[in-house]
Amino acid sequence: MSLEFLLASGIGVLAAGAFWLLLRARTFDVILGLTLLSYAVNLFLFAAGRLNPGRTPLLKDGVAPLLANYNDPLPQALVLTAIVISMAMTALLLVIALQARAVNATDHVDGQEPRA
Amino acid sequence: MSAPMDATAMAGLGAHIAVLPVVIPLLAGATLVVLHRSSIAYRRLLSLLATLALGLVVLGLGLAVEQQGLVVYQLGNWPSFAGIVFLADRLAVLMLALLVPLALAAQLFASGGDDARGAHFHALFQFQLMGLCGAFLTHDLFNLFVFFEVLLAASYGLLLHGQGGDRLRQGLHYVVLNLVASALFLFAVGVLYGVLGTLNMADLSARIATLPEAQRPLVEAGAWLLLIVFALKAALLPLYFWLPRTYAAASAPAAILFAIMTKLGVYAVIRVYTLLFGVDAGALAGLVLPLLFWAGASTATLAALGALAASSLRGLLGYLVVGSAGVLFMAVGLGTDAALAGGLYYLVHSTLAMAAFFLLADWVRRHRDGGDALGRVAVMARAAWLGGVFLLLAMAAAGLPPFGGFLGKSLLLAYAEPQGPVVVLWAVVLGSSLVNIIALARAGSRLFWQAPVVGASRAALPASAAPRFGERVALLLLAFGVVATAVMASDVVNYVGGAAAQLMDAGAYRDAVLGRDPLPTTVPR
Repeated sequence: MSLEFLLASGIGVLAAGAFWLLLRARTFDVILGLTLLSYAVNLFLFAAGRLNPGRTPLLKDGVAPLLANYNDPLPQALVLTAIVISMAMTALLLVIALQARAVNATDHVDGQEPRA
Repeated sequence: MSAPMDATAMAGLGAHIAVLPVVIPLLAGATLVVLHRSSIAYRRLLSLLATLALGLVVLGLGLAVEQQGLVVYQLGNWPSFAGIVFLADRLAVLMLALLVPLALAAQLFASGGDDARGAHFHALFQFQLMGLCGAFLTHDLFNLFVFFEVLLAASYGLLLHGQGGDRLRQGLHYVVLNLVASALFLFAVGVLYGVLGTLNMADLSARIATLPEAQRPLVEAGAWLLLIVFALKAALLPLYFWLPRTYAAASAPAAILFAIMTKLGVYAVIRVYTLLFGVDAGALAGLVLPLLFWAGASTATLAALGALAASSLRGLLGYLVVGSAGVLFMAVGLGTDAALAGGLYYLVHSTLAMAAFFLLADWVRRHRDGGDALGRVAVMARAAWLGGVFLLLAMAAAGLPPFGGFLGKSLLLAYAEPQGPVVVLWAVVLGSSLVNIIALARAGSRLFWQAPVVGASRAALPASAAPRFGERVALLLLAFGVVATAVMASDVVNYVGGAAAQLMDAGAYRDAVLGRDPLPTTVPR
C-alpha cells in the first residue's frame, strides 16, 4: 500500500467523520466536527506539495535549487496559516457555544430543545 | 531589486497606495483595541477619521487606476510568482468606493448608542473594513482566504455585539456555516495549487489557459468547490437559508456592512471566474456560467416568494438582499460585458438602497409597539414621517423609476443578447420585481397605514426611540448615494462599462502582474 493511498484514505475518513459530527445538532459535536475537518484540510493542503520522503524545504550547498531536489515549502506555509486561523476560530466558536449554553440553557444548535 | 528606478520615480506613499486601504484600518483597529478604556467620543472620532482617510486613499487609488489602467503592488517587492500581489482595477475601486459611504453610514448610525454596548465595536468595525478592503484588492487566492477569515472573524464579533438569545443562536449558525465554507475554500486552494503550482490569480489564469487535458478534471473540481464557497457568502440558491434570519438578528450598523458582504461573494465570483475561467481559458472557458444563470434565476424567484411570506420587516429585507444577489448572478451568468456592466450598476444601487433600508427598519423596530413584526397591526409613533421614507426606499429597492434599480434592471434586459435564456431573464427580473413591489406594499400598509391613535399610547414610547442626529446623517448619506447613482447614471454606467470591459481582457491582467517580475531568480517556476 502506497503512502499516498494511506494519506488519502486517512483524509477521507477524517472528513467523513467530521461531516457526520457536523450534522448532529449539539454544539459540542459540531465543534469536534469542525476540528476534525480542519485536520483533514491541513493534511490535504500538506499533500498538495506532494509526498516526498527524505526531502526538506531547506536550501543546501551543492544542490541545485530546483523543485525536484527539495520539498515544496509553500504548502507548509499555507498549512501553518490554516492551523493558526482554525485554532483561533475554534476558540471563538467555543466561547459562542458556551455563551449560548448559558443563555439558552441547552446545547442544541437551535437554542431550544426540539419538540418531541 | 530591478525596479528601483520606478520606486524612486513614484516617490513616497504614492507607490504604496494600493496597500494603504488595508494598512489604515489595521492601524486604526489596533489603536482602538489599545484605547478601549478611553472615552467613547474619542474612539468614535478616531474610527471616523480612519474611515475618512480610507475614503481619501480610495479616491487616490481610483485616480491612479484611471491613469495607469491596472495598479499592481508586489508586497515586499517579491516577484509576482513568489509573493503576494495586490491589484487594483476599476472593479476593485468600485467596490472600495461603495464600501466607504456604507462604512461611514454604519459608524454614524452606531454612534447613536449601539457602539457603547460593548467595548470593542469600533475596533471590530475597523478590522472588518480591513478584511473587506483586502479581499477586494488581493490577487492571490490564499490571501483572499485569509482576508475572508479576517472579515468573518470581525463580523462574528459585530453580529454578537450587544448580544441576546436570538443573536447568539443565529450567530452560532452563521459562524459554523462560514467555518465549513472556509474548510471547503482550503480544499479548493489545495487542489488548484496541487495541480497548477501557483496561487497568484493571473498566473493561475495563464496556466489554466494552457492546461493539459489530463489535469482538467481536478481543476474543474477546484473551480466548483470555490463556487460553493462564494455562493454561500453571496447567498445563492441552495445556500441562502442562513441569510434572512441572520440579517434580521443583526443590529443595524452590522446589517449595513452585511449588505456589502453578500456583494463580496458576487465580487469574488466575478473576479475568479472572469479571470481564471474567462473567454480564453480553453476548454474550461465559461465553466460555471450556465449554472450561475439558472441558480441566480431560481434564487431571485424564491427570494421574491420569501419576501412575500416574511413575518417581519427585517426578514423581508433579508429576502430582498438575496433577490438582488440572484439578479446579479443572472447578469454574471450571461457572460457578456454589457450584461456584466448592467449587473455592476445594479450592484451599486441595490447595496446602497438595502443599507438605507436596514437603517430605516431599525427605526421602525424602535418606534413601533411590537417591533417590526408584520403579523399584526400595532401602534407606531411618527408613522407619517417614517412612512414617507419607507415609500421612497421601497421604490428604490423594488426597482421603480426614478431610482437606479429601475435603470440597472432595464440595462440588464436591454443589453442581454437576444438569445439563449433571455426569456427567462425577462420573466424572472420583471416577475420578481412585481412580487417585491407587492411584498413591500403589503409590509408598508401593515406598518404605517393606521387610524389616528387616541392620545395615551403615543406617549408610552420611550424617548430613546427618537432618531438621533448621527442616525439621521447616516440615512441622509445613504439616500444621497442612492439618488446620486440615479442622477449621475451616465457617469456610473460609463465607469462600470469600463470595469466590465477591463475584466473581459484577462490577457491584460497577466501582462500587468506577471510582466512585473524582471528579477533574475533561481527559484523554479
